[in-house]
Amino acid sequence: MGYIERISGPLVVADDMLGSNMYDVVKVGNDGLVGEIIQLRGPKAVIQVYEETTGIRPGEKVESTGLPLSVELAPGLLNNIYDGIQRPLEELRRKSGAFIGRGISANSIDRNKKWKLFIEKGVKNGDHVKEGHIIGYVQETELIKHYIMIPVGVEGKLSGLKEGTYRVEDRIATVDKGGKKFEITMLQKRSVRKPQSFRQKFRSDEPLTTGMRIIDGLFPVAKGGTAAIPGPFGAGKTVASHSIAKYADSDIVVMIGCGERGNEMTEVLVEFPELKDPKSGRPLTERTVLIANTSNMPVAAREASIYTGVTIAEYFRDMGYNVTLLADSTSRWAEAMREISARLEEMPGEEGYPAYLPKRLAEYYERSGKVEALSGRTGSITLVGAVSPPGGDLSEPVSQGTLRVVKTFWSLDASLANARHFPSINWLTSYSLYINDLKPWYDKNLGEEFAENRAETMRILQKEAELKDIVQLVGAEALPDTERITLEIGRMIREDFLRQSAFDEVDAYTSLKKQAFMVASILHFRKQANAAVKAGVPLDSIMKLKVREDISRMKEEKESEVDKARHRIAAEIDSQFNSLVREYREAEGK
Amino acid sequence: MKFEIEYKTIQNVAGPLVVVGKVRNAQYNEIVKIKLHDGEERLGQVLDTSSTQAVVQVFGPTNGINVSTTSVSFLGETFTTGVSESMLGRVFDGQGRPRDMSAGVSYEERRDINGAPINPVSRQYPSDFIETGISAIDGLDTLVRGQKLPIFSSSGLPHNQLAAQITRQASVKGTSESFAVVFAGIGITYDDYRYFFDEFKKTGALRNTAAFINLADDPSIERIITPRLALTTAEFLAYEKGMHVLVIMTDMTNYAESLRELSSAREEVPGRRGYPGYMYTDLASLYERAGLVKGKPGSITQLDIVTMPSDDVTHPIPDLTGYITEGQINISRDLVNKGMYPGIQPLGSLSRLMNNGIGPGKTREDHKGVSDQLYGLYAKAQEAKSLSAIVGAEALSDSDKKYLKFGEDFENRFLTQGLYERRTIDETLDIGWDLLSEVPEAELTRVKREYISKYYKKKAEE
Repeated sequence: MGYIERISGPLVVADDMLGSNMYDVVKVGNDGLVGEIIQLRGPKAVIQVYEETTGIRPGEKVESTGLPLSVELAPGLLNNIYDGIQRPLEELRRKSGAFIGRGISANSIDRNKKWKLFIEKGVKNGDHVKEGHIIGYVQETELIKHYIMIPVGVEGKLSGLKEGTYRVEDRIATVDKGGKKFEITMLQKRSVRKPQSFRQKFRSDEPLTTGMRIIDGLFPVAKGGTAAIPGPFGAGKTVASHSIAKYADSDIVVMIGCGERGNEMTEVLVEFPELKDPKSGRPLTERTVLIANTSNMPVAAREASIYTGVTIAEYFRDMGYNVTLLADSTSRWAEAMREISARLEEMPGEEGYPAYLPKRLAEYYERSGKVEALSGRTGSITLVGAVSPPGGDLSEPVSQGTLRVVKTFWSLDASLANARHFPSINWLTSYSLYINDLKPWYDKNLGEEFAENRAETMRILQKEAELKDIVQLVGAEALPDTERITLEIGRMIREDFLRQSAFDEVDAYTSLKKQAFMVASILHFRKQANAAVKAGVPLDSIMKLKVREDISRMKEEKESEVDKARHRIAAEIDSQFNSLVREYREAEGK
Repeated sequence: MKFEIEYKTIQNVAGPLVVVGKVRNAQYNEIVKIKLHDGEERLGQVLDTSSTQAVVQVFGPTNGINVSTTSVSFLGETFTTGVSESMLGRVFDGQGRPRDMSAGVSYEERRDINGAPINPVSRQYPSDFIETGISAIDGLDTLVRGQKLPIFSSSGLPHNQLAAQITRQASVKGTSESFAVVFAGIGITYDDYRYFFDEFKKTGALRNTAAFINLADDPSIERIITPRLALTTAEFLAYEKGMHVLVIMTDMTNYAESLRELSSAREEVPGRRGYPGYMYTDLASLYERAGLVKGKPGSITQLDIVTMPSDDVTHPIPDLTGYITEGQINISRDLVNKGMYPGIQPLGSLSRLMNNGIGPGKTREDHKGVSDQLYGLYAKAQEAKSLSAIVGAEALSDSDKKYLKFGEDFENRFLTQGLYERRTIDETLDIGWDLLSEVPEAELTRVKREYISKYYKKKAEE
């Protein structure tokens, strides 16, 4: 046991700490504040403290737990909200009231709740089991079976496994290796800073559908992929992340509120129990784990929150689930690193960030992927990180470090947000490198038309942007009719397809099927419009067609009505153009 | 009686910092009393402590501090302040001492000025619409009770008038409850202070106001504590006394500059433009103290004024503020120069909590649609305007000319109003429909059809 020598903000230097390991968790001071050793200098240890250090003084004791920073993993994780070091916030509220007190410890997982354990098919006593093997499961929520796996480092002959009702710390089985016995409980601990191993990684070949048209339709992310949403404040990062958390077709969603607003987490807590998973109709909370370390909570715990989240995600991935992890915002995580680094008096890199920032970012995003886990099942982690660049300028270190490693980039644009065009993802600067990997999936599930229409849509948007530059100089009147049609179709794609309200019941989520219909209708209109112009019909009368309003209201069509709407609108486009051309020919004939 | 050791071991004095040697085990953030040889006393706080010395930041000037005669005593507690309901109607200085001439204040309890973070699960999501009577706010960027909504402004713009007007007019629709006001003047000029004081006095709001004033010539380090005193008082009034409190903090730019001054005195590695790397966290520890707490009747709504250096919204102070607060009201020099009041530019403004505070039962069913549509059309008007600057107004297409006209009418009729003009939300939305009715029905794609048929004003048959 050592004692405090110096205190400076969240950093404490303790003396007499010989024997403790780097990254051990320690209890600091008389209040027992939780901290982690981040530097050793002879007998002295530098500790980052995860709670407010006001009021502690040199001379108070420091005790090492001898364990690295870990999370507790067991049934009871889902539907829960934790702080950055996995303390359950509901429990903290019971212990210290509406405001978070200091030195409160609470179990991450409820120790008293009983769970009904089932033995996994094919598993029997006497089997030789290894780390990661699934031996049983608990129906944690209606949506999710929580599989019980053999913990890290355990191997041997399984015995004593019996179905029944257990608490998480009760022994459910024993593993015997050459006389050395390990007791298996449903609760296991994993160190957060070390990635969990797996058998092999696969190429990501299936899209993560989010119900957001600009993402699914133009810039998709694959299950097991990575994506970044950088943008200045007010550009809609939070609304976009929340939308993904709500509608992504993942089995599990882990959301990390890292140094963000308290009310944003409250919003999730209010909204999610009311919202239904589009696939199963069950409340979204049944598949969600929340980690909230808001901007006014201790900064060192903010640094840890990202690791806590990704370790929980890996645990569910190992069970064979598709997991989406949203971190809002990774910039605040980087700032927490910078603050700690500055107090350690490390030589700063760019903009005061530590020189190891790019490495940490890359390591974090590498924990994504579609893998064959040690259990033999295939699961994935999709990592989506919001980035908050100062002044919206992407040349800063966090954005740059992130863009070097992620494969999907949703570029938020303040001018779109100002015009209330949401989601304000810019279609000219965003990109997705998964298009080719996903093409076989699209061809198989939606027909080859889907990928072709996507490419066509991108070409039109690009062309529209070029034409707009010309219009800026000479005015729209100077363009030929065919190009003015391209301008109009570009407008339709932007306003009638890409613009989407996250707050409208119908519009908030769009299935791939409906998306395909919307794009196809717009392109059908384009084909007819070009043909009409070629036939000599003046542009003005095309612009007055009533079907344009039907197209603009396609987003209001209910999912169940999509097939009907597809036929109706296609028929409407054909008949209105036909009569237009006929009228024109008759007028010509006269 | 408590035994206090007086240390006469000051080693260094630099800027606002004093290093005291041979101190054994001072608490982190402990409050110290510094006594000059003429008997004058100043307060300070421990910023860094070790088993041999303590670094103290002094709230006040450091002139007169003497290495051999000045004594320092450690008070064994962190910075606390007295709070009570009787603070309403009173004016305090930047350290919480009564500034007015009346008798002392009796406090009900003492509280740590740093407060504690609200547990996210204990927060109540804000959803009560505050009617400010200002169309640009109520109609487009609605303020909600428990929100933190700063005013982004610049020197020479009417942010003080706007803040005073909001204070004067704000009410929760359907109730007659008025707000208690906690005012934190951070490094403001005497004129600005006087303006608010007279405004509040004129409308009788003064009785319901507790003001903490650090003037421009008061010690700048004091500015670190002034907003914390105000917020601690506000929390007491809101969560213990059940009041709805409106906190006005002006000017946050002065606060951030004091933070920078302190940081450079400590020789810390600077972040952007010399501001400390932890400024985001520090500002959040103020702004995040707005809100509602489950099971407690009161609320804290924050209206913070940020003057943007050289009108630059990407400057670290407004930038970090915008990342923490729930939106911002942006006052534009262009509009003000055209003679418009309050000069709020909707295209840079935002209220993140708006969607929860509007709609049927709160404002009106068509509110969201009207707001989105006005935004969409005004953005088009801006495009048309920049186009006309290049090709000339004559060369614009008919539809662009229409947008241009809409933009002008919108600025003149919707965005502009009188300093003492109070519009109800119905009046605001009706003006909105007047403007939308200038545009063909088919273009109103952001409004639901049913509301168009209900509110759209068809032109008299021509």
